[in-house]
Formats: sequence, structure tokens, C-alpha cells
Amino acid sequence: MASAAEPVHAAAGTPASRSFLGALLRTPSGAVGLVVVAVLVLAAVLAGVIAPYDPLRMAAGPRLAPPSWAHWFGTDDFGRDVFSRIVYGARLTLQIGVIAVGISLTSGLLLGLVAGYASGWTERVLMRLVDVLFSFTEIVIALACLAILGIGLTNAMIAIGIASIPFYARITHSVVLVERNKPYFEAAVAGGAGHLRLIFRHLLPNVVPTLIVVGTLGVSTAVLAAAGLSFLGLGAQPPQPEWGFMLSSSRDLISRAPWMMIFPGVAIAITVLGFNLLGDGVREVLDPRQRQR
Amino acid sequence: MSKSLLEVRDLDVVFGAGRHRQHAVEGLSYTLGKGETLAIVGESGSGKSVSSLALLGLLPRAARIERGTAHFDGEDLLALPEEPLRRLRGDRLTMIFQEPMTSLNPVLTIGRQLTEGLVEHRGMSEAAAEARAGEMIELVGLGDPARRLAQYPHELSGGMRQRVMIAMAMASEPDILIADEPTTALDVTVQAQILDLMRDLKARFKTSIILITHDMGVVAEMADRVVVMHRGRKVEEGSVGEIFARPRQAYTRDLLAAVPRLGAYAGTAAPRTVVDSPAEVDRRAPVLRARGLRKRFGGRSWFGRGDAGVLALDDVALELHPGETLALVGESGSGKSTAGRAVLRLLDVDAGEIEVDGIAIRELGRAGLRRARRQMQMIFQDPFASLNPRLTVGALVAEPMLIHGIARGRELADRIEGLFHRVGLESDHIRRYPHEFSGGQRQRVAIARALGVGPKVIVADEPTSALDVSVQAQVLELLLELQQSLGLAYLFISHDMAVVEEMSHRVAVMQQGRIVETGPRPVVLNDPRHVYTRALLAAVPIADPTRRRGVLPRLDTAAMPRGPLTEIAPGHLVAAGAEAA
Repeated sequence: MASAAEPVHAAAGTPASRSFLGALLRTPSGAVGLVVVAVLVLAAVLAGVIAPYDPLRMAAGPRLAPPSWAHWFGTDDFGRDVFSRIVYGARLTLQIGVIAVGISLTSGLLLGLVAGYASGWTERVLMRLVDVLFSFTEIVIALACLAILGIGLTNAMIAIGIASIPFYARITHSVVLVERNKPYFEAAVAGGAGHLRLIFRHLLPNVVPTLIVVGTLGVSTAVLAAAGLSFLGLGAQPPQPEWGFMLSSSRDLISRAPWMMIFPGVAIAITVLGFNLLGDGVREVLDPRQRQR
Repeated sequence: MSKSLLEVRDLDVVFGAGRHRQHAVEGLSYTLGKGETLAIVGESGSGKSVSSLALLGLLPRAARIERGTAHFDGEDLLALPEEPLRRLRGDRLTMIFQEPMTSLNPVLTIGRQLTEGLVEHRGMSEAAAEARAGEMIELVGLGDPARRLAQYPHELSGGMRQRVMIAMAMASEPDILIADEPTTALDVTVQAQILDLMRDLKARFKTSIILITHDMGVVAEMADRVVVMHRGRKVEEGSVGEIFARPRQAYTRDLLAAVPRLGAYAGTAAPRTVVDSPAEVDRRAPVLRARGLRKRFGGRSWFGRGDAGVLALDDVALELHPGETLALVGESGSGKSTAGRAVLRLLDVDAGEIEVDGIAIRELGRAGLRRARRQMQMIFQDPFASLNPRLTVGALVAEPMLIHGIARGRELADRIEGLFHRVGLESDHIRRYPHEFSGGQRQRVAIARALGVGPKVIVADEPTSALDVSVQAQVLELLLELQQSLGLAYLFISHDMAVVEEMSHRVAVMQQGRIVETGPRPVVLNDPRHVYTRALLAAVPIADPTRRRGVLPRLDTAAMPRGPLTEIAPGHLVAAGAEAA
């Protein structure tokens, strides 16, 4: 049935890469999420052009000025422009998302792949280790890591990454267990394929779509966790324009200068929402059940 | 037949919209008389299921009814709003589905599921509904209603669950029963019992049945009238006698011709010959020899205890010569697939010897096993699942050759192209992905993949049971042609006796992990000596409405002879104690 429509992108060599974006844009959540994330990326890349002031420059205006034409989101207690700080903060936020998810995704993926493929004792030991880590809340593990690594935004990213490894390992493991029981895996074994070929050529490509979805959703969790750690004073340090840290430093001024709290809060909320929607969209596109027809 | 009960006119069902708009059913009209069984036959994608789901308002979300009427008892089912339709559904119009394993709710008792409809539609009291449910349990031949009603679906076998489904569907004495491939997922002996039961209940309740099936044997046995569908359209309609004796349309004729018939090759010792000078079976030395295979599944759990497990293979011995096909037949759970996997060492047996081309497979290390796998390849049942969806079919066919270092670069590309042509595919298919192919084409890809390394033995595990009959015929033809020109040896695992007859030189019948009868194919199929073999053969539906299948022998699996095999004629071995007649 499908053969008439589909050879086009197959012939292009890169399977579905072109139609993937198109399909993503056709899902409502994917389109909105993509726009939000695109705006965020643009803000991060072009921060120098967009931001009217240096985010670190004190007394860019009067202290604690409410939003105005000169300072769209107002100024903080040092007279820094909140809008500029939020635009530059997008860089940090994206870094956090990419680095934290990158660490947890790659380690979790490898761990889950090896455990799921190996079975027997290797699997038991690895997965019980993961279970032990899983039994602590992520934030507790992150705090423990920070206690060892020392505070700071980079260390916070690493800590968040490490803390969510068990989550990705579990998911990969369960997907691998399903995939390795499918006939195509057995067919590869019957063909004489070795360990590396089985893991990386047959299992990996079938696990990756699920993990892309989970990873996209995971970015928002990581951003939120980093904001939380910064809020506690364990992540970003003054004068970094990190959104969570901006929130925490506005705490004492909430009644006098609510804009200091509202705008970073809204930025975090929109970012999290954007990545969540994007994740939903990606899931809709990549879900094998959707691709059957 | 008397006046019509249901009248379907000009039904159009459409999937998708815009560029993707596709007719699933186009201009379908038929009538169903009171007490009549109408079979709607067709291959996958013919719209036979969709057209019936439309009647009950059960279409998948992507589908729409664009046109048409379905008059039942003065009302148009297709125009009926959801609520009145719901009241008819499960009461006057009922349905049984293909997959008995999943169409019962696993967390509710049988009793609960049986009484639900009666309480809901008939306003019966719980007690009255329960009494009725008990009656139905007796009627469908399950017995011991009190215990059955308290059981959960997982405690019952597939055949028993289908009986429960039928009890559910018949409890309200419906006017119309829609049966969507009701026996496709069942073993032949169970299928025969279920068909008998449906016929029996139909006569008792005067129910009309719409039977949706692809199986011409089932049609011949059950139907009064037949509607043949192809690509959403009705191709032909007529009484069952007419359709089978004088099909008017070419499509119907092809469909009937493609159905393998048991007995068609009864007179010849070899499989159907498809090449001019076929390779002869080489009787000097077997290419595959297995002895004393034993395998137990389960039994040990990680926290101690555990049960005895299931003995999937019990003292199984096989021998296969170059150019020969040994068919391994039996019902689900008989251990035939386990045996096939064991000889390839896709799973490790607990005991026994396996030799492929003189090499003891069980003693090999990793590297040795890898080398040995050049000699033996496998073709799997479901071509939709056995090809990795993320690789091009060209890469899939190339893989075994790369692994075994047979060719690379230009030479590899040439070989792949050669293999594609060999199995009837085209060069420009090479760069495509599995989902772009039909089932038959995918199975050709799987065959090309297996052929690439030049194996001596191919284990084919139900290679055509997921395919439509017309496609099945082509794939079988290809397998025969390859064997007869290359001298391949096949271990052919199948549950379909007619296919086995067409394909094999010798047959081994498996039952609960043991081979109970084995010998040359004409001998075993024409003169079966074991009760189980006889039951299997008697249960095969015959695609000829003028011949009625005889009464099924009662099968008592516990009392069945399962002793060691003894030779009763040259090459013909039967489990001891089986000699009844």
C-alpha cells in the first residue's frame, strides 16, 4: 500500500530526515515546541545583538526600576537590566539542558544496552546498581555529587547529568529487552553477527528513537533541576545571569520588585513547556505504531 | 432463503483525507438472509474486516463511512446514532474476534464477562444472567459451569477462550453474528471443533452469520453464500457451490487455484517439480543429524522453588540429506520451532548431539559456531518482524556475506544484485527499507539474505503462514525452485498439512515435545499410524463444499502413545503402542 508514496525519501539516502521536520511541524505540539525552542536558541546565539545592555553591567539604569520602555523587564537591585540578563541566561539554560542530558543519555544508553544485551550476571549486577541509585531522589544524588565536586554551575550540570543516568539506563534496558526478542534480532544472530554488530548495528538504531523522545522531555527536567540547585545557591554563582539564581536573589524583594521574580519564572516555565511540547511532537512522529500505516 | 435480514447497499469506507485518501471499501452491496451463513472472503487489504466493523460502528478512528446504507429491521445501521447502535451491539448484533488470547479482558472473571451483556441489554438480574451464562458454558462444550464462571481468561487455552467468546456472542440469541477470522489463530484440531460448534449453535438459534475469512477450506465447510472481495470491491457473489464449481471471475479462479489442497500430491514421493532436471536427494551422508535432543523451559526461578517447567524437546532425533525437505509438523506448543532453533544453536539444548555437515555444533566455541553458521541459515515466520526496520534491504542481504567475509566492495554489490534477481526482486529495490515492501516481497528479501552465504541447510519456520494464499503459492514455488536447482536441504516447520504435502520428502509429526511418527511423506500422510497424526489430518478443512469432513476422532492426549519410536516399515517410525488398527 505504502510502496507507491514512499520510495522518494528512501532514494535520497538519508531516511526520513527531510520528512521528519515536516511531520514534526504537522503535529500541533511539535510545531509550538519547535518554535519555542527555536526562539530560545536564537536568543542564546544572538544574545549580544538582542540584549540592549551588558547583563553584568551594574547601574545600567536606576535600581529596582519597574518595567518601562528603557528597561522592558525592569531592573534589579544592582540596577542591571533584567531583560538582558534573561536573554543571556538562555545560553546557560541551553548549556545546562544539552550537557546534563548529554551526560545522562550517553551513559544511561551504554549501561542499558550492555545490561540488556548481556543478560545473566552482567545484567543483574548492572541493573541492581541502577536500582540502588534509582531509590534515591535525583536531587539527593545531585546534592551528593555537588558535595564531592564543589558548587558551581558546571558542576551542577554534571551532577544533574549523573543523577538522571539511572532513569535513562532503565528505559534503554527495557527497550532492549523488547527489541532483542524480536525475530530480526534472532535473524541477525542466525546470520552469525558478533557482539558489536548486534549491539550497535541492530539494537542501537531501534533504541535511539525512544531515547530521543525521552531526552527531549529530559531537557526540561534538567533545566528545572538546575534552576532549583541555583535557587539553593549550589549552582550558578553571582553575577551569572542564570534564571534560577535570579529567582532566588529576588526572594527578599518580592513585594517591592515583583518583576525580578516574574520574568525569570516565566522564562523557565516557557522553556520547560517548549521542550515538553517538542518531546510530545517527536514522540508522535517517531512512535513506531504511528509509522505502521 | 427467506426474506433478507440485513441489506447492505453501496457501502464506501474511506481512510485518510486529501492526498492520502484511500478507499478501503468501495460500492459494496450484499444481503444476508435469516439463518444464512454469508462468507466474505478476500486477502489482506481487501476490506473484508472493515466492511463488517462499519456495520457495528467499530471502525478505527482514521476511517469514515462516506456512502451507503445497511438496513436491518427497518433501520439504517450506518445512520444510527451511537446510543441506539450501542443497544443493538452485543445484543442483536454480536461479534467474535480473531485473537482469543487478547479479546477477553484479563482482569475480569469469565462469569463477569458473560453476564455483563445480559444484565446491560436484557435487564436480567445478576442471578438470572448467571444461570444463563452457566447454560451457555454447557452449550459451548466447556462443562463444569460453576468453576468456569469463576475462572480468569489466563487459566484457559486458546480454544477454550474462543468457546467463551462464542458463548458471549450467542448468549443473547443474536440475529446476526459477525465472526472475524474466528479460527485463524487456532490449531487445526481446535479449529475443526470450533467450526462444528458454530454450525451447531447456528442451527439451534437460527442465527445468521457473517463469516470473514481468508481460508477457503473454512468457507467450503461453513458458508451458504460467498462474497469475494478484492481491493475494497466485490468481485463475485454466489452460492458456495457455484463459487467453488464455476467461478466466473478470473480473480476468484486464481484465489481457488492458489489454495493448497491436501491430497493433490498424494501419488508422488517427491515434492512438486518446478525445474527441468531437479537435484536428486543425496542419500549417502546426512547434512544434518540430531540425536537425543532435550530442552526444558522454565522450572527454576531466581528465588528458589519454581516448578518442573515444560519439556519442549524430549529425545528428539532428526536426519536431513542434501536436497531433501523434512517437514516438522505439529500444533502450537509441540516443540517444532524449538527443534528448528536448537539445530541452529539459536538456543542451547540441555542434552543431545547435533551435527551439521559432519561438525558437532554443540561442541563449538564462538568463532567455530560463527563459521558453522555459513552452512545453516534460517527463514522466519513473520517477514514483518524478521527484517530490521532501520536497515535497507540491501544492507540486510549484505550482512551475512560481510560477517563471513565472502565479498566486499564491488563484488558484494554485484552479488547482492544477483541475489535480488534470483529471488524475483529488482535492482532498484536494494536501497529501500523493509516497510516499503509487501509481505511476499519481504519474505523474498529474507530468502535472499539466507542464500547469500551459500548454506547447505535452511531451517524455514512457517515461512508462508503470515502470507496470503496467492503470495504463499509464489514463495513456495521459489523455495522449491531453489532447492531443486541448488540442492539445498530444508527443515520445513509447518502446521499446514496441504503445504507440507506439496513441499516435503519426509515428515516428522511432533506432539508435546516428542516425535510421535516419522517417515516418507506419502506413507505418513496416506497411511498414518499414530492417532495424533490421524486427528491432525482429519481436522484439515477441505476446500470443496461437496465433501464433508468426517466426524473428528476424540483426542485424549493423556492416553496417547508416546513411547520410543519403533520401525514398522522401512523408514516409517511410530511411537510404541500406537498400532491400533
